[in-house]
Amino acid sequence: MSDWWTYRPSDFLLFSARTYYRLFEIHNAALWPAQAAAIGLSAVLLWLAWHGGRGAARGALTIVAAGWLCSAGPYFWVRYATINWAAVWFAAAFALEGALLLSLASSRACPALQAHAPTRRPGARRAVGAALVLAGVAYPVATPLLGRPWTQAEVFGLAPDPTAIGTLGVLLLLEGGRERRLPGWLRAAWLGALWTVPVAWCLITGMTLWTLHATEALVAPAAAALALLATRLRHPPTA
Amino acid sequence: MHRESSTPNARATTRRTFLGGLTAAASEGLWPVRASAQAAAGPGPLTRAIPSSGESLPLVGLGTWITFNVGDDAVARDACGDVMRAFFAAGGRMIDSSPMYGSSQAVVGQGLSRTSSTARVFAADKVWVAAGARGPAQIEASRRLWNVPRFDLLQVHNLLGWQEHLATLLAMKAAGRLRYVGITTSEGRRHREIEQIMAAQPIDFVQVSYNVLDRDVEQRILPLARERGIAVIANRPFRQGDLIRQLQRHRLPAWAGEVDCDSWAQVALKFIVSHPAVTCAIPATTRVDHVRQNMGAARGRMPDAVMRQRITAHVAAL
Repeated sequence: MSDWWTYRPSDFLLFSARTYYRLFEIHNAALWPAQAAAIGLSAVLLWLAWHGGRGAARGALTIVAAGWLCSAGPYFWVRYATINWAAVWFAAAFALEGALLLSLASSRACPALQAHAPTRRPGARRAVGAALVLAGVAYPVATPLLGRPWTQAEVFGLAPDPTAIGTLGVLLLLEGGRERRLPGWLRAAWLGALWTVPVAWCLITGMTLWTLHATEALVAPAAAALALLATRLRHPPTA
Repeated sequence: MHRESSTPNARATTRRTFLGGLTAAASEGLWPVRASAQAAAGPGPLTRAIPSSGESLPLVGLGTWITFNVGDDAVARDACGDVMRAFFAAGGRMIDSSPMYGSSQAVVGQGLSRTSSTARVFAADKVWVAAGARGPAQIEASRRLWNVPRFDLLQVHNLLGWQEHLATLLAMKAAGRLRYVGITTSEGRRHREIEQIMAAQPIDFVQVSYNVLDRDVEQRILPLARERGIAVIANRPFRQGDLIRQLQRHRLPAWAGEVDCDSWAQVALKFIVSHPAVTCAIPATTRVDHVRQNMGAARGRMPDAVMRQRITAHVAAL
């Protein structure tokens, strides 16, 4: 593609907005009543994010990992691949992210989750992390506000966008911990890979929604930008 | 293989005779009228001949980019089938798709089966894979999705791997497994390379973007197509819908009635197909009322040179 610079995002658009949102409707109908389980796990995730600690980190990472794996298989591989030939690559990336999150959750180097308890001093990084977790979990609430039926809701754990946003929040809430004992290059590769997929997906989905003229096009890229900015902030010292 | 070696009468037209005839006709204000007069009038849509064979095609076909990529959505697939039924009922023939268009090929195949239109369709598809060796397998996979015995037209999509694919397609044509060979581009890309291929290769079709705002092809490619006896398919006639959305903010001018148009879509399409080098335009839609409206552009009076200028000036001023 020697003239790649002449291409615009819309040149790679393969489907209409109607088809895109209908996909979630079909996805939700096929997975019902998995949404109830996903909402239940979302509530657990919020509680873990509030509670904090290493056990909470393992639980939270396992929950978001399950979300990435569910997005990889039932969504990308089964549904999205019917309208986008690139979906198999997205499925692979989401499966990789799920595996990385699970590996961190089960690792002895798993860091603790920064608590959001009122006894702790508030910190900007913690606040942003908690806000992103909440935004991911609450993402379906925006569906009727965007003029779409509930049947097209994108549920955390079952759809990629809220899962990616919520995961960025969880990653922000992780404290520097035992992973510091790992060699620098391994730690960098591990954490870099953990961050790369959700950030990249937020940009890809933002571009897709932008070409579809969707109102929510900037939500995921803004969440990624906010998360990346927040990584520059240190967690406050624990009491 | 040089073009003239395999081309009959139409390809014997020289650039000089074509331009001379065009000038004479234009000076009489007749050339677009001549173009439509070449079309076969009657109860069906107006048609124009494919230069390499003389076979007539309706001036308006059906594109499938985006609109027919609906995945496994049964409701949307039925709607696409309805669009195809209305298209054929209005006399349409050419449907154009590509392996790049997601599920579009499968949706077309399902629609053809449901409407029993396999014999009627002019099946135009593309090969779109970088490696030439993988072309035949992709073509066969596409044919199965369409559920047709063979394609009428296969085009090298966006010139991807065109040297190897063109050899494959020309061999298929020579073996009677394909009727026409073509190349495509869109959005004005690689026009210089398109011209070189048109000048040197024995292709039957070229597909380019052409509409009332994107008229770059009028300079060199459309005259070259006439000179070389190559049929032209115009894609992106509505700029992916943006052009029509823009035009519909304004009232349809009274002069649209002079060329039997009752919508902006018909004005936009008639502008395209009234160019004598254009064989057909391929608007895409998901709506039955829109496909009927589009097919209406292949009926009635066509814009002459003066009216074409009026259309371009009016749209540019909006």
